Amino acid sequence: MSATDVMTERSFYAKVLEATPSGERLRLCLECGNCSGICPFGYLMLYPPSRMIAMMRADRINKVVETDTVWMCVSCYACTAVCPSKIPLTPGLMAGIKEELILAGNVPAELQSALANSQRYGNPQGESPRKRADWTLGIQPEVRIMAKHKQSVDVLWFVGDYASYHPRVQAATKALAKVLNALGVDFGILGPDETSDGDSQRLAGERGLFEMLAEKNGKALGRYQFNQIITTDPHAYNAIKNEYPALGISYPVQHYTEFLAERIDVLKLLMKQQISAKITYHDPCYLGRANGIFDPPRDLLCAIPGVELVEMTHNHTNSLCCGGGGGGMWLDGFQWEKAHVRLSDWRVREAMNAGADVLAVACPYETPRFEDAAKTMPGAEALKVRDIAELLAEALGV
Amino acid sequence: MSQDIYVVIEHLRGQVADISYTMLAGARELSPAAGGKVVAVLLGHNAKDLAKDFAADQVLYLDHAALAEFTSDAYQLALADLIGKDQPRAILFGNTSIGADVASVLSMRLGLPLVNSCRSFTSNAKFISQICGGKIMAEGELPSPTALVTMVPGGYSPDQGRSVDSPPIAESAVPALEALRVTLSKYIEPESADVDISKEPLLIAVGRGIQNQDNIELADALAQAIGGVVCASRPVIDQGWLSTSRLVGKSGKQVKPKVYFAMGISGAPEHVEAITQSGTIIAVNTDPKAPIFDIAKYGVQMDLFELVEVLTGQLKAKV
Amino acid sequence: MNIVVLIKLVPDLVEELTIDSGGAGLDLTFARWIINEFDDHALEQGILLKERHGGTVTVVAPDLEGADDVLFTAAAKDADRLIKVKGDFTMANNHALARAFSAIIKDLQADLILTGVQAHNDLDGSAGPLLAECLQLPYVGYVSGVAVNDGKSTIRKEYPGGLLAEMEVALPTVLGIQAAEQPPRYVAVSKVRQAMKTSSIEELDASDLNPDGAAEIGRMFQPEAAAHAEMIEGSPEEVSAKLVGLFKELGVL
Repeated sequence: MSATDVMTERSFYAKVLEATPSGERLRLCLECGNCSGICPFGYLMLYPPSRMIAMMRADRINKVVETDTVWMCVSCYACTAVCPSKIPLTPGLMAGIKEELILAGNVPAELQSALANSQRYGNPQGESPRKRADWTLGIQPEVRIMAKHKQSVDVLWFVGDYASYHPRVQAATKALAKVLNALGVDFGILGPDETSDGDSQRLAGERGLFEMLAEKNGKALGRYQFNQIITTDPHAYNAIKNEYPALGISYPVQHYTEFLAERIDVLKLLMKQQISAKITYHDPCYLGRANGIFDPPRDLLCAIPGVELVEMTHNHTNSLCCGGGGGGMWLDGFQWEKAHVRLSDWRVREAMNAGADVLAVACPYETPRFEDAAKTMPGAEALKVRDIAELLAEALGV
Repeated sequence: MSQDIYVVIEHLRGQVADISYTMLAGARELSPAAGGKVVAVLLGHNAKDLAKDFAADQVLYLDHAALAEFTSDAYQLALADLIGKDQPRAILFGNTSIGADVASVLSMRLGLPLVNSCRSFTSNAKFISQICGGKIMAEGELPSPTALVTMVPGGYSPDQGRSVDSPPIAESAVPALEALRVTLSKYIEPESADVDISKEPLLIAVGRGIQNQDNIELADALAQAIGGVVCASRPVIDQGWLSTSRLVGKSGKQVKPKVYFAMGISGAPEHVEAITQSGTIIAVNTDPKAPIFDIAKYGVQMDLFELVEVLTGQLKAKV
Repeated sequence: MNIVVLIKLVPDLVEELTIDSGGAGLDLTFARWIINEFDDHALEQGILLKERHGGTVTVVAPDLEGADDVLFTAAAKDADRLIKVKGDFTMANNHALARAFSAIIKDLQADLILTGVQAHNDLDGSAGPLLAECLQLPYVGYVSGVAVNDGKSTIRKEYPGGLLAEMEVALPTVLGIQAAEQPPRYVAVSKVRQAMKTSSIEELDASDLNPDGAAEIGRMFQPEAAAHAEMIEGSPEEVSAKLVGLFKELGVL
């Protein structure tokens, strides 16, 4: 064993340790292989999590850095959830090894451009930061932008990248604004002051970028008075709840489904429109598996008159990933080339098998991914993909 | 001093480039207001025969062994001397690998104002330049008394600069071309076995939207199914996913197929200027605001990956 | 070898451009300034040459908002020396830029000066050849490959149609880079932040910004959008069927 190998192993271990609470649990790996077995793309990885740990123990982590199949990881937390030793595999090991790949310049071109855009524009799509609140045009009462509003609000809504810019997801964002208005919530948004939450960039291995984005958001949030944050995006929720506090940015935060579920009695009174449909709900990785929020979204769906909720084979902790997390949103081409399947196809098939008319989602990554899958899958043409906010808005008639 | 409009003819290995004719067309628009002749300036060695179909009143021919092939140094010396002697109203260069190596240097050397990226002239001797990726046009009076201009394609069709008659040729003296700091060693051909995309009737063009090398196969499969040829915009070539012989646009080829099927190409001016002579442009892009939809006859707003395999399948079934 | 990379900052086209109240210039009050993309290639080529031949890379940029980020990012890519040229460059044209930079670059004793072949706002010619002439150095543009040996450079110059010319250029020289030999690398934010701590930016004053050599602009305007394409709608199957019909109609099937 050469001195440099030891250094590499040690420094990598130190990084994982530093980046994640309980990172030292890596030492407790039993080599049971559960992680690699449950990984949706584990069969395509030269070094799925358990083998990666074995390589670390053999001081051969350099070999892993030279390969690129780690980029198949969609940070879905499936491995972390099944690990009997409770090793933080997703945020620690996988994000750590991705960071090594980035530092070594081993980054697929698509991901590189999303990261560069995030650096430059504060969003992975490379959209103008000034247009971040353009989706609000035409909504009445007007959505308040904090910098213009100049007063405190009860709720600061952290909208997020895809919810702000993606043309399909904007429909869900507008729906949520209308639902909040219908409930008389006193809320505002950061608009152009908001930057990407950075969570997916962090899980794609760009921790420095995550910190930079978090600091920008921290500064923006610090300028205004509010009682709590709600997020559209489970990734933003995860970042603000679990990662920002360590950077000194600490606010009470809820996902919008939690926030609305607390107001379910009022919603029930206001929802007059029937939605007679069999609806199945997809647990987003960063709401369900990573943060244990399973019931509020289901409670909201069940509160809609006419809705029959059905479960897919994989649900709650076992939910499948849409394929967008941990950089997956920006690795579609790369992953297609390796896999020739899309994780979203798998999910849409399950929704069909459950006999659902509507696949309900609560994460901005999912609407476009599942809609695309449904469009191309024979027999799935009739399946509708709806954000819970859209279904609530419809039931409210707003 | 004269009111003539000089056009520096660009040619490479015995072939006059299209931009030369585009510039001649521009010069013809400009010359009535200026009140002078259109003069084609040809630099070369034993290259007089190239001066055939120029829509010019006159050809000035500068012959020297050092001008046999283009090098920036030799062209700069020869043209600095000519411009100094003749002081024409304007000298037009292509905004190309040839013209752009010369025009800016001469502007600084001779203290003459330079207009860059000119697309067209107005009948009252104003230039219209295209900047900021085609998003902004800048108009102004052609600076006096002598202006240097670099031109981009798009404002005039090269055919407007061609003539059936050969204009009279006069030889012009060439200064000593010595102590040259730039010399040509050799040309490196694009892969010779490859097709000539400028002659293909059906092109399947891919841009940044194709995302990675392996997806080129999707375009290839489509091309095979329909009997076309794959070409690409700059980002795809820069990544090394296709050979440079397949590059459409600036420093690539100008193409004029019957049908140009563009997938994942946004439509930057450097690309668009090379496809305007296509019969019908059909564009597939996810962004409804992509500029390519402004020049395409037909558009599809869709992820190319959703479309391409289905389309390939249907084409295979038809054949 | 002493390599100098000249970086020009340009208004970002992602933001909507507007014409100022005078009608003859861009309103740059709120412009976001970013590295000219060809200059990013020039920097990459400089770093590649350093990796191959050793030497130093000095990066020179005008003092516009964003210059520090660009310079520290260059340092994170392993550039050795960072120079910011002070002066009001917001409205400076390339003639002014070239004159100001030539005074500074002259003192750097460069063997090779690399810059992007063009930028999107080059109304008065490109910076590279203007600079070359100020320094009385040879210039070759549209370069996509550089090798250095025995006091001269061997470069590959791009011509239309994929044709390349191999040329020998005496050193020192200015080269206008069209594309680096590999796409510009991504550098992690942690490395940039490290560079901010470990490297420093030298600030030098620009000589007079003399803009002579440009034409006066009478007005600027946005081109009218041409007729928009006729959009083909439907599912992938429906669109494909229509396209097949269209291909037939157009005589290519």
